[in-house]
Amino acid sequence: MATAAGTLPMEYKEASIWTWLTTVDHKKIGVLYGISGFIFLLIGGLEALTIRTQLAVPNGTVIDADRFNQFFTMHALTMIFMAVMPMGASFFNYFIPLMIGARDVAFPRLNALSYWVFLSGALLLTSSFAFGGAPGGGWFGYAPLTSSEYHVSSGMDFYTVGLAILGTSSLMASLNFAVTIINMRAPGMTMMRLPVFMWMTIVVNFLLILSLPVITVALIELYFDRNFGTTFFSPSVGGDPILWQHLFWIFGHPEVYVLILPSMGIVSEVLPVFSRKPLFGYSAVVFAGVAIAVLGFAVWSHHMFTTGLDTVPQMVFSASTMAIGVPTGIKIFNWLSTMYGGQIRFTVAMYFSVAFIALFTIGGISGVMHASPPVDAQQQDTYFIVAHLHYVLFGGAIMGIFSGIYYWFPKMTGRFLDEGVGKVNFWLLFIGTNLTFFPMHFLGLSGMPRRIYTYDSGFGWDTWNLIATIGSYTLALGFLVFIFNFFKSMRQEPTAGNNPWGGSTLEWATTSPPPEHDFDVIPEVRDRDPLWYDRDHNIAPPEVPEHLHIHLPPPSYFPLVLAMGLSLVGVGALAHLAIVGLGVAVVVYAIWGWALEPTD
Amino acid sequence: MRPSARTLTLSAVSVIAVLILSAILWVIFAGSVDHLQTTFNPKSDNAIKIHDLYKLVWILAGIVMAAVLAITLAFSLIFRERPGGKAASHIHGNPKLEVMWTLIPVIIGVLIVIPSIKVIAETTGDAPDGAIEIVATGHQWWFEFEYPDEGLVTANELHIPVGRTVNIELRSVDVIHSFWVPQLAGKVDMVPGHNNKLWFTPDTPGEYYGQCAEFCGTSHANMRFRVVVDTEADYAKWVMAQTADAQPAVSNLAQAGEGIATTLCAACHAIRGTGAVGIIGPDLTHVGSRKLIASGIIDNDTEGLTEWLTNPPEVKPGSKMPNLNLNSEQIEQIVAYLQGLQ
Repeated sequence: MATAAGTLPMEYKEASIWTWLTTVDHKKIGVLYGISGFIFLLIGGLEALTIRTQLAVPNGTVIDADRFNQFFTMHALTMIFMAVMPMGASFFNYFIPLMIGARDVAFPRLNALSYWVFLSGALLLTSSFAFGGAPGGGWFGYAPLTSSEYHVSSGMDFYTVGLAILGTSSLMASLNFAVTIINMRAPGMTMMRLPVFMWMTIVVNFLLILSLPVITVALIELYFDRNFGTTFFSPSVGGDPILWQHLFWIFGHPEVYVLILPSMGIVSEVLPVFSRKPLFGYSAVVFAGVAIAVLGFAVWSHHMFTTGLDTVPQMVFSASTMAIGVPTGIKIFNWLSTMYGGQIRFTVAMYFSVAFIALFTIGGISGVMHASPPVDAQQQDTYFIVAHLHYVLFGGAIMGIFSGIYYWFPKMTGRFLDEGVGKVNFWLLFIGTNLTFFPMHFLGLSGMPRRIYTYDSGFGWDTWNLIATIGSYTLALGFLVFIFNFFKSMRQEPTAGNNPWGGSTLEWATTSPPPEHDFDVIPEVRDRDPLWYDRDHNIAPPEVPEHLHIHLPPPSYFPLVLAMGLSLVGVGALAHLAIVGLGVAVVVYAIWGWALEPTD
Repeated sequence: MRPSARTLTLSAVSVIAVLILSAILWVIFAGSVDHLQTTFNPKSDNAIKIHDLYKLVWILAGIVMAAVLAITLAFSLIFRERPGGKAASHIHGNPKLEVMWTLIPVIIGVLIVIPSIKVIAETTGDAPDGAIEIVATGHQWWFEFEYPDEGLVTANELHIPVGRTVNIELRSVDVIHSFWVPQLAGKVDMVPGHNNKLWFTPDTPGEYYGQCAEFCGTSHANMRFRVVVDTEADYAKWVMAQTADAQPAVSNLAQAGEGIATTLCAACHAIRGTGAVGIIGPDLTHVGSRKLIASGIIDNDTEGLTEWLTNPPEVKPGSKMPNLNLNSEQIEQIVAYLQGLQ
């Protein structure tokens, strides 16, 4: 029986290791996701720095060809699955209950399980470096280069098993979040009063629920091809490598929106608060997000224009891809209109959000360019695409995440991140992004293919490669400044108060950091911007009864045990099938204990 | 309400800043025309069609980018909070305006889609009749070119006559590669089990650079080739020379080299007119006539050949040709022989 009396907010540093291992509190799990995601962001960043160092000058000799191929493969996998997705999940975890006025997610123990499964998958995949080499077939893993004939090292097995485990984690988390938002909203919070960040969260989670099964099937087929002699993707015996591409991109394209939509949601929260006016065209922004998701399932073959796709599918996928530009354009116009007529307070969070609009727009425009198949035939698999995707994922997703960090840090810790250091942080990242990724447009147009570990002088690529490398070190410096800011700020007094920015959404109604039970009294929602409505209509916050008896789920170690069982299954799939049996036994034990565990 | 002088100044500043930025970018983009693998300097009918569309897309993209950046910058400057400023206006939306700007991306999309469909219809599908048939095959990590009608096989250097349409069938013997010569055509993948086609008509004699564009393993970076567009007369001469059997070695040095080549090298390489009929590596019958070796990464001269024969995997990591531990005398002999294979 765990009850929390509404007293002092929990200070994370006072919590013991055991508390962290057994926690089912969405805020703690959110913090775990955030810190893990950030550490993997640094690892992925180091991989990127190595790549850029190798390419700084022609005929670089920093790493050899095979290592280089492993590094760019792992850079993508790390950034997508172990950094940006978990950092998104961190915000989802922490803020879904706070923004919809709930005390926790729908399934707290499942939530803990999602995190531990994520961590084991990420560690397993990263450990491949130590066991005969990381996967080196690209994150897209095109068959038949990934077959046991052409990719001899076990790296690709780590890829299949690691991604399958990470996918399992995402699937559980997605179902949990979707159920939470749909069912646990505070009284008065209709769907059309949900904060836009919550809408984007729902959209992301449905994208994952619908697309992850496809990649899981493909991964299992690839694993079977490599280990049990099946021939799904093997052309020499009747399989088809193009089948892999379809399966991969039916997942892979929605995945792009999984990475960018959370940041679109964050920006849609930050812009109104610091412009001090409501989001312009709320319903348009919401429906545009939904439209992006729906169309996102109808465009996958635009990654395959050069594979010999026939004339008609080229035309159809070109048109459907172009159509995504429409809801995306709507969003950009609405964000700009939110700024129009505002009294904009330029905090660091706002800097990042405005930078998001500018940089994401550049990435969006280059995306529309190669939606035209003939144009794509000149851009596909060149550095132009590398520029495009990094403007979307770094200029977009990462800028949005940083905006979210600066915006919500006071809520999560009670402390401000230093604004002065934050601005240095911002400018380094902003300049670094453009210095690193804009020259890649020029490289692509001068015909530099992606994924080459070396190049000769004389192609007109030397200068821009060097500048891009200088840019990547600028980015690295920006991250160091952020880390410094984090530790500096954590040492300061908690002065943030409940609502330091004058925010309009429910998370700002509770203390900073929030108590374990989130809200002493579940707030009532009367408007899309509940706190602003209450302020303007002089509605006092609900009175807190003297004795709070709030039921919270007790901590549990079964999620951790179950995750360990699952990772044993994964290790077994890579090492010896006997270990799979052991893993299954642990899983069964954990599920048994989980089912019978008292929950009150 | 008339905009204030401050608003006008800040808007003008934003627009000018973005215009200067755009002009700088434009100059840089234009400067890439002379680069060896540029996508901005088309030299065939289909490449020109792609390029015309390309230009339209670039102009539209440039306008949209400049507009959004200018507005973002202007709003950031104009609506920055300042003491004594007006309170933020409480607008929630404006349906009329929203419908209107939904049309902007729709119009831009249509402007791009229609000519795209036209170019797709004109440049893909079957080649016109009378084209020269060529089979290009991707190997890890080199390109093989076969002319079935002429009965000749070569590697890494494709010769075609100016003004004649070539219809290239794209194959792969191992993993997916991609055939790309930016100045002559957009890329098309070489997918094992799928025989894709690519056709175009070059309009200017010259040497064009190409490179594998689909990640294909260890030495993906080292998989390059060139297309030589000859005049009709030069092409006829080239075909004549290439269809002949290998020239016998003349000097003693070369004869010794021939002895090694037709035994040691014969397991993988073919030299027509000798006993060497291997099919794993490139056909060497007229290797001496090529400008480059090792899939276009080193010059085909004494120095280059010596470097290659000394340790192939060092030049091209992962190369199927192993280090044969040849001594310098053997290498000298083989080089002499290969250089004679004109």
